[in-house]
Amino acid sequence: MNTTNDTSSPAMLETEMKETKDFNSPSLNTDMKETKNFTSPSILTIENLSIAYDKDKLAVKDVSATIKKNAVTAIMGPSGCGKTTLLRAINRMHELYPNISTEGKILLNDENIYDMSTIKLRRKVGMVFQRPNPFPTLSIYENVVAGYKLNGISIKRSERDEIVETSLKDVALWEEVKNSLHKKGNFLSGGQQQRLCIARALAFKPDVILLDEPTSALDPIATAKIEDLLIELKRNYTIVLVTHNMSQAARISDNSMYMYLGELIEYDQTTTIFTNPKHISTQNYITGRFG
Amino acid sequence: MNLTTILSQKANANDLADSFIGRKIKDRVFLGVVILFSLLTISMVLLIIGTLVFKGHHQINWAFFTQTAPNTFDAMMAKSSGQLIPGGIVNGITGSLYLVLIASIIAIPFGVLIGIYVYENQQSKYASFLRDTADVLQGVPSIVIGLIAYLWVVVHVTHGYSVLAGSVALAIMMLPLIMRSTEESLKMIPDTLKEAAMALGTPYYKVIWRVLIPTSFSGLMTGILLAISRILGETAPLMLTTLGNPEITWNITKPISAVPLLIWQFYNDPNMVDLIWSSTLFLMGFVLILNLLSKWIAAKRKI
Repeated sequence: MNTTNDTSSPAMLETEMKETKDFNSPSLNTDMKETKNFTSPSILTIENLSIAYDKDKLAVKDVSATIKKNAVTAIMGPSGCGKTTLLRAINRMHELYPNISTEGKILLNDENIYDMSTIKLRRKVGMVFQRPNPFPTLSIYENVVAGYKLNGISIKRSERDEIVETSLKDVALWEEVKNSLHKKGNFLSGGQQQRLCIARALAFKPDVILLDEPTSALDPIATAKIEDLLIELKRNYTIVLVTHNMSQAARISDNSMYMYLGELIEYDQTTTIFTNPKHISTQNYITGRFG
Repeated sequence: MNLTTILSQKANANDLADSFIGRKIKDRVFLGVVILFSLLTISMVLLIIGTLVFKGHHQINWAFFTQTAPNTFDAMMAKSSGQLIPGGIVNGITGSLYLVLIASIIAIPFGVLIGIYVYENQQSKYASFLRDTADVLQGVPSIVIGLIAYLWVVVHVTHGYSVLAGSVALAIMMLPLIMRSTEESLKMIPDTLKEAAMALGTPYYKVIWRVLIPTSFSGLMTGILLAISRILGETAPLMLTTLGNPEITWNITKPISAVPLLIWQFYNDPNMVDLIWSSTLFLMGFVLILNLLSKWIAAKRKI
């Protein structure tokens, strides 16, 4: 454990330093890559989205943004700024709260998600929560295919085995659990449980994965593993991530949103947000003056 | 000036020491009282069990579990010749189990469903009304429930004392217990688990059926077992609804016996005194086992 810690912390520092270097003297190469990323095809379009918990209290105020395909988009902002509500609105999980009213549209591949059934939508847009929440009554194997099992979708055994294996390999958990697939997952560590939850979201092969502060309940080593994993996953998936941790946003996101009191203040490439924010509020948040 | 300060400090120190000793004594006295009372409580339980074992164990034999209750003449004959009373309480045992089975079939679905409803609608006025109603129902004296079951079922449905009438009375007593324990054990499940299932696109009824109920299963079982152990010893409502039966019966519209009813009948018959104690020992042991079982299940639960 200790040795891993010793080796991983400098590695994390290095990444951070690399990023910082990039901000100060952006090499042509990274700059071009980033630019490509921000103009790359979008997968989600949020149009004038407003969400109110009570009649007058808006949690999200008239947000419009397009989220790029195969990119990691971070949503940052102080507590209570509406970032989690915005994230939940993307797979309509916010509708579980009572008395919620939603205006505006979110288009997923040009289809309004508020016209889709939540069942179909949530298969295309998976979600991972703040605290690891594997189903305690199911085995690791059953947890991965829980989406199929709970919805009563019958698939062939061979197909199911393959989904379990690829999903667990995608989250780098396969080697650790392949001999105990049919045991219940409560012996796994917090980080392993969170990776299991990501695997569960991947099992449906969704277009988008939403993560709500996925590492806030984890230790630094587990956090680093999840971050590496997210960078890997963006090849095949689009990732939207709410984070309290600015250095995490800087480390892994391509684009960042900054929200304040329900409004989307700024949305740009992460490098731009961190080096050259256009709004004073963003700048104050980034430099740690509040939040 | 200087001297007075020193003196007063010294006095303070003495006060402190006094109050310290005073506190220690109070502490000891209090501890002693608590230990005394707790020992009294424990000895109560031990005395009850000990008395029952001492007085009841003679009659616990094979016949006790396989034969129906003897008539008073046989019992008198056996007693006068110094033998054990023949026969057993198998009509009571089967009767009790049958009554509990039918009462459970009636009460468990209702109780669990209402418990789920109340859990899902914590804030609604109707749910809090249901909760209050359950509390009231729990406080209704069992003889009153027996009377009501007599009026509704004995008089109007089965036109005579019956298993059904007794089961209805017992089910009414089980209902609030199961409802509240269902609600409480569902409350133990973290909301994140429900969210996890919802986020997979699972329809709401399937979340309840496939996630909430399996996860809280041990809690539900504990509640049900405790409710059963509560009604197993009920006598008053059964006197008014099932009457008693010297034979084993499975007919739902006929009178039936039960262990507590038999105890009452043995009590009224001077020749059967020995059977009172063994029947009570059996009833006590059965309830005790159910209680321990529910405790064991509750201890095993992990979320």
